[in-house]
Amino acid sequence: MDFLDYAFMQRALLAAVLVGITAPAVGIYLVQRRQALMGDGIGHVALTGVGLGFLLSWSPVWMATLVSVLGAVLMELIRWYGKTRGDIALAMLFYGGMAGGVLLINLAPGGSNANLTSYLFGSLSTVSQSDVTAICVLAAFVVLVTLGLRRQLFAVSQDEEFARVTGLPVRALNLLTAVTAAVTVTVAMRVVGLLLVSALMVVPVAAAQQLTRSFAATFAIAVAIGVTVTTGGTVTSYYQDVPPGATIVLLTIGAFIVLTGLATPLARRRARAAAAAQPAPDPAECAIPASRQADGPVGV
Amino acid sequence: MSESVITLRGVRADLGSRPVLRGIDLTVHRGEVVALLGANGSGKSTAIRTIIGQVPVSAGQIELFGTPRGRFRDWARVGYVPQRTTAAGGVPATVTEIVSSGRLSRARFGMLRKADHEAVRRALELVGMADRAKDSVNALSGGQHQRVLIARALAAEPELLIMDEPMAGVDLASQEVLARTLKDQVAQGTTVLLVLHELGPLEPLIDRAVVLRDGCVQHDGPPPRAVGQHALPGHDHVHPHSPDHEPMRTGLLS
Repeated sequence: MDFLDYAFMQRALLAAVLVGITAPAVGIYLVQRRQALMGDGIGHVALTGVGLGFLLSWSPVWMATLVSVLGAVLMELIRWYGKTRGDIALAMLFYGGMAGGVLLINLAPGGSNANLTSYLFGSLSTVSQSDVTAICVLAAFVVLVTLGLRRQLFAVSQDEEFARVTGLPVRALNLLTAVTAAVTVTVAMRVVGLLLVSALMVVPVAAAQQLTRSFAATFAIAVAIGVTVTTGGTVTSYYQDVPPGATIVLLTIGAFIVLTGLATPLARRRARAAAAAQPAPDPAECAIPASRQADGPVGV
Repeated sequence: MSESVITLRGVRADLGSRPVLRGIDLTVHRGEVVALLGANGSGKSTAIRTIIGQVPVSAGQIELFGTPRGRFRDWARVGYVPQRTTAAGGVPATVTEIVSSGRLSRARFGMLRKADHEAVRRALELVGMADRAKDSVNALSGGQHQRVLIARALAAEPELLIMDEPMAGVDLASQEVLARTLKDQVAQGTTVLLVLHELGPLEPLIDRAVVLRDGCVQHDGPPPRAVGQHALPGHDHVHPHSPDHEPMRTGLLS
């Protein structure tokens, strides 16, 4: 445990734990509303914020937060109003955001694409004290929203039409989900990088689903997987000198594969238990009436 | 006549550039059970969705409990059962979790208290799904899923139930449970507006039928009795609806 003696490792582990909690906590609502790739889109848009931060010599983390929140709100607006060509508009937003980031960073004095690499793929060992402060504040916001409003967000993500009739402010909650997802992207940016953020939002949820029947359990297990892989990936990268972002994402996918392997016999046992609980189980196959059987193939 | 619970006056609605409702007048009084009938594409689902605010109206007024819909806030009085296809999330959820959403209209800041959890359990008992409370909704049959959605609407103990094709794709056993549940609700004074493809097992409950055709009200009065073969119990009503054909042949108007 000698890595805990280094200040940079302490900061890196704190950031990793916070990302392990927040990314699946938001991701579960995105998966529930079948917008699993929204995090990826926001990640692209956030790059413009990073470029802008370099150009204006402001904190790239806060600029990325600002720009990705604006991008997420814009995506939500496109979802409401642009029914016909919404996908095209989103594609333009994504790739415009990425191109904007590359252009802006090259305009910045002394800036080049090399500066972008640490944001695209994460750079955990260079997380500074001010980065940690920003990550803590943003993560607190994400946890507050995803846990505090879990019943409302669950209802809206499950069935928007029904949620409207319970009097929930559906549009405000949709916007809040988008903003929270954008904030999470910038929290995770320094740890796994903008291009890999979405994996940490979606894959732990998908892995947890292999074992669970309830939303609450899926939430808890997804966060547990998230924290395990982010800390595991960070420690691995300390000893093996491999990039932490990529290690974390590959560990997450490994967790998915292992849990899927474990889940298959579990599902079979549950199906057997359910069948035993039923008083009169339906026969697995249709019985063919004897008279018809005797007639041979039935002509129509 | 007693207080009107739902009032539509000259309601028009468009989907894209196509007019779907072309001036609908409809009133549902307290304690009434009104069936909205019509062929596919006649606008019956759209009419319901304008009432709950899911589809914007281009002209006309809608009132709920005497309040213009735009200013109506008392949603705990309304229970809604959407068409089953709309309620599928990408994450597993238990029957209890789904039905608890229906109680949010009575909960403050989304906090469910003991009384709320009891209401959820009662709603599950009403539809005979209390023993499946902890199961994932993905493990249910179509009819059981529909019963869960009705329990979700009943969890708020509403005075008005709005249902969109509650019997579509529901097995016979579940149909009987649903008809019985609805009968109990009506006996307690609940007002019901429901979209139906045909009257079916709910026929004895229905006070009035409103038949839509091409976005207009074609009939508003006592439910037309099925005649001939259509009146036989267990008559399965399956026929294609294409715009070229006679738009309605449900045996309701003959």
